[in-house]
Amino acid sequence: MTIVKDRPVPPAEAPRRRPNRALALLRNSWRQLTSMRTALILLFLLAVAAIPGSVLPQRGVNAEKVDQYFVDHPELAPKLDRIGAFEVFGSVWFSAIYLLLFASLIGCILPRLRDHVRALRTKPPAAPKRLNRLPQHAVRTGVATDAEAVAAELRRRRWRVVVRGTEVSAEKGYLKETGNLLFHTSLIAVLIGVALGSWYGWHGNKLLVAGDDKAFCNTRQQYAEAKLGPQVDSADLPPFCLTLNHFDARFLPSGQPEFYRATVDVEEDGRASRTETFSVNSPLRLGDANVYLLGHGYAPVLRYTDRYGKTQTNDFPFLTSGDATLTSEGVAAFPDVNVDPKTGKRDSNLQVAFEGLYLPTAPQQAPFTRSEFPTEGNPAVVLVAYRGNLGMDAGIPGSVYELDQRQVTNGKLKQVGDKKLAMGEKWTLDDGSVLEFVGTKPYITLSVRHDPGSTLLLGSSAVLLVGLMGSLFGRRRRVWFRVTPAGSGEAADPADGSPTSGSSLVEAGGLPRTDYPGFADEFAQLVAAVSGNGEPGERAGESRDARGPAGTREGAE
Amino acid sequence: MSALSDQLVTFAILAYLVAMICHAVEYALGNARAVAPPARELVGAGVGGAGGPVDAPAAPVAPPARVGRSAERARLAGLVAVWITVLAAALHLAATVTRGIAADRMPWGNMYEFVLTVSFIGTAAWLGVLWKRPTLRRLGLFLTLVMVLLLAFAELKLFVEVVPLMPALRSYWFIVHVSTISFSSGIFLLGAVPAIAFLIRNGYEQGKRGFPYTLAKRLPAAAGLERLTFTLHAFAFPVFTFAVIAGAIWAEAAWGRPWGWDPKETWAFISWVVYAGYLHARATPSVRRNVATWLAILGFLTMLMNLFGVNFFFTGLHSYAGVN
Ligand code: HEM
Repeated sequence: MTIVKDRPVPPAEAPRRRPNRALALLRNSWRQLTSMRTALILLFLLAVAAIPGSVLPQRGVNAEKVDQYFVDHPELAPKLDRIGAFEVFGSVWFSAIYLLLFASLIGCILPRLRDHVRALRTKPPAAPKRLNRLPQHAVRTGVATDAEAVAAELRRRRWRVVVRGTEVSAEKGYLKETGNLLFHTSLIAVLIGVALGSWYGWHGNKLLVAGDDKAFCNTRQQYAEAKLGPQVDSADLPPFCLTLNHFDARFLPSGQPEFYRATVDVEEDGRASRTETFSVNSPLRLGDANVYLLGHGYAPVLRYTDRYGKTQTNDFPFLTSGDATLTSEGVAAFPDVNVDPKTGKRDSNLQVAFEGLYLPTAPQQAPFTRSEFPTEGNPAVVLVAYRGNLGMDAGIPGSVYELDQRQVTNGKLKQVGDKKLAMGEKWTLDDGSVLEFVGTKPYITLSVRHDPGSTLLLGSSAVLLVGLMGSLFGRRRRVWFRVTPAGSGEAADPADGSPTSGSSLVEAGGLPRTDYPGFADEFAQLVAAVSGNGEPGERAGESRDARGPAGTREGAE
Repeated sequence: MSALSDQLVTFAILAYLVAMICHAVEYALGNARAVAPPARELVGAGVGGAGGPVDAPAAPVAPPARVGRSAERARLAGLVAVWITVLAAALHLAATVTRGIAADRMPWGNMYEFVLTVSFIGTAAWLGVLWKRPTLRRLGLFLTLVMVLLLAFAELKLFVEVVPLMPALRSYWFIVHVSTISFSSGIFLLGAVPAIAFLIRNGYEQGKRGFPYTLAKRLPAAAGLERLTFTLHAFAFPVFTFAVIAGAIWAEAAWGRPWGWDPKETWAFISWVVYAGYLHARATPSVRRNVATWLAILGFLTMLMNLFGVNFFFTGLHSYAGVN
């Protein structure tokens, strides 16, 4: 028999089985992915994967530190770079983990959402036959009540109630699952908010020196560094211009800053120019961009008179090095000087630059390496003069805050003296040219940003929090009451005693559907309330689970 | 005022130390009891921890008079320990408040003050728990030990003079963010105590008699410890979530981006993910409770890493700790 049956089957089944296997594999892997265990492992992986992001310097946080790391570890750094260790949070592996996690999340939410909607629409189920099998059980005799009255009391306590004849079924705590779903869904909304921000957002950093001639307008070219999302074009940047009028900073005697405030003139398209002030915790919010005050410093104003007597004056922002006294470093380059008036030709070997420190409050005596206070008590520059080829024509973009050291090492740029200059002092160099320290101007560093995902982020975070509370503190539970009118003689369980005349016998059962140590108390209260606080016919709360292995509050004691 | 605060901290440390010794005495006296067969001992420890009249039937094997006296003494030591903890908490609170008055702001401006506040919240929450569940008293040994270590570390390593806030911290978000972070950290800190106790006790109940497990002889039953661990974490987690969100809102105003993977943000993220993992693992029946509890302890380690590790080893935007 088996032979007869088996023979024709294999050729027919073989082609059918193959797609089935693929499908089964797919279904199984989906099941695997959406299982809680996988989600837990992915969560854990996500946490582990984030660690290198705090241990190694990150480009998005501090690009200079990454460069420094390359200098310090020339062997290791390129290898790390190849696996994305300096951009952990944008790396393939980090993204893979969270995308898998979110896929798992969606796979988890959808069926639960369906079940929950179904549960919300179905009525609490009919009472089990033997209520005394439930974790909570009580019987009261001699209670003057009926099913409707019990149901009313339960409704008053915001239970969902169904009356079936003499039986009352009630359920409460749907909020737990609702909260749970809200929480998980809002996680996805948070991710979408982040994605929106990175696709459609942009930001740039700018150092803005005080003065009308230094006005900054919001175009791509004016930023020292800018990053536009893939969906943003340079032409999309909203047009506005800022001029720094004023910068106030106050410091404590210890040198610790007390407050900063910048006053700017704002010009926006089609609007009258206006003055605004902003500070560290209150950014300047302009329609499609926010302007944040990140830092501040001083730009010494230097006047150079070259060997032919021609004068140039400029301000050079010196960068602070994180030192609380605002000791700053920088370079003042004069590439277009020493142009022979006779020939009108620029000699690129006669370019001049001054590199060194600016000290807002220089000490009275040498060494002049560190300022004593962040305000300008005794401003001085300590400079080293260089003459030669600055290397600016080579086409390699150099920093305006540093000399091109290659030019110094290959001898094209030579040191020609050093000096400390107080404000107003002049310094005559070996070739008769003169440098004068004229004064300083304040500057501020700004971050200008537009993040279209931020509203969604904020909203979904709020929902997340609400959902989380519902999920953690909600408790789903069911109770049933069976009210047997006196004299009817059909008590649900014959073991539960006989009804006394003129009143009803109430039998109650309760089932916590989630971990809920206080359920016994709530159940006892309910039973008491339903039986009108009458004399208890029997002790309520014969809890079976309370002493089970899971343990409850009572079990612990 | 600032000097007063410093003195109060020292007194608080001393008081915690005395409380710890009293707890240890209670422990020792409890252990001096007759050696009962394991099954008996199990029941005795689970119930007898109450320290109340239930103590008596716990060890019927030993001569009743001797046991009664030593149990009574243990109970007394335990009660004294609790009252000294209350005193220590009062000193601790006074130290924190006077520090705030001296600085004329909330006492959360640097790591020293932050540790002072977090640990106070831990103690206060502990006393709250103890009020409702006196049977857990023996956990006080661990708690006071943690307090002594934390406060001594703060006083020796983190101490800075009172200074006003950096401009970046002058925002009402400072109060919202740091108070909720401190609060949730305090509860997580407290939550780690029953978590560790549970792991030891659980091993003990499963018959392990190696080194850490024997310590658990006098601890309350494992199931209760586990539940307390969960309750504390379930309470602290939403608060911590809120604090991180508040931090993000503040970061948007102060630094221009809600989230930038600054080391402190990264570690907050890690802690959040680990604690979320704990809550999920605990809700999953197939994951054993001791595995889940290990996750809670891991979460606490990441919080410690954030508090101490990040402030010492990395520089980020969160450089307000006042340690160099
Ligand atoms: C996404 C944003 C933020 C996150 C996730 C975050 C997270 C944290 C965490 C986890 C702590 C715990 C304390 C610790 O372990 O040391 C903390 C403390 C603190 N945060 Fe934030 N924070 C954020 C934004 C901010 C902002 C914008 C500021 C101020 C400008 C700030 C100021 C502080 C201060 C002063 C402390 C306490 C002192 C300290 O220990 O450093 N936070 N933050």
